[in-house]
Amino acid sequence: MEQLTHIGLNHYLTISAFLLGFGLFAVMTRKNAIVILMGVELILNAANINFLAFSKYNGDMAGVMFSLFVIVLAAAEAAIALAIVINIFKLFRSVDVSSIDTLKE
Amino acid sequence: MSNQAYTIIFYLFAAITVFSAAFVVFSRNVIYSAFSLLFTFFGAAAIYVFLSADFIAVTQVVVYVGGILVLLLFGVMFTNSIMQTDLKTDVLNMVPGTILLVATLTGILYTFYSTHSWMPSTKQLQGSIVERIGFETMSGFVLPFEMASIVLLVALLGAAFLARFEKQGNKEQ
Repeated sequence: MEQLTHIGLNHYLTISAFLLGFGLFAVMTRKNAIVILMGVELILNAANINFLAFSKYNGDMAGVMFSLFVIVLAAAEAAIALAIVINIFKLFRSVDVSSIDTLKE
Repeated sequence: MSNQAYTIIFYLFAAITVFSAAFVVFSRNVIYSAFSLLFTFFGAAAIYVFLSADFIAVTQVVVYVGGILVLLLFGVMFTNSIMQTDLKTDVLNMVPGTILLVATLTGILYTFYSTHSWMPSTKQLQGSIVERIGFETMSGFVLPFEMASIVLLVALLGAAFLARFEKQGNKEQ
């Protein structure tokens, strides 16, 4: 009970583990490319929570700075990935990743 | 704030984050997934506040909720016709995916809770860290900061190039 009520590092790591597991599950099982991107965002959020948790309990700023860069790169990744998905939709009229299996038109 | 209220609020936000993340993954409707992702991002921002990273929390709300989520919703709307009422997503690899989910969760959680407890530093982060982020950005992390700006510029150009409207191709058709 003491471990449950006293919020420590393990609580944050548990939330992060759940987000990572759900993200992996989404990437693994979904056919829609947009939902796969959502899974990737969940994984990035899990990594961010880990960075910030270790940074707080270690007392230095490295994790905080890296989580900031993770957010910046996630924004860039989402923009590029959406552009690619829209191109795929133009070509195949579908974002079903299991039906996209040709290299050339 | 008393310790008990702190604990209750932490568990509230943790539950919001985890359950909405589960709904993102297990819902078959893409629109429901996208809107549930909103709650996941807000819950994660609240968790960041608990980790005394207030600036990261605000950045999370601005970039993820204001940018990435809108982009994802735009993608959902753009890649499905308006009249299509069931924006369903099919699933495949259900059994390997479930095995991966359960194995990841049990492996990580077992490692956390079966090994000895962490040894936190005596100097933990306390209070607001906005000023320290400013100092770190302009001293120790100035090279990654500049690299991130270049990456964003290249990503902007690349996304505009990839998603542009092709007039030449349409004329040929």
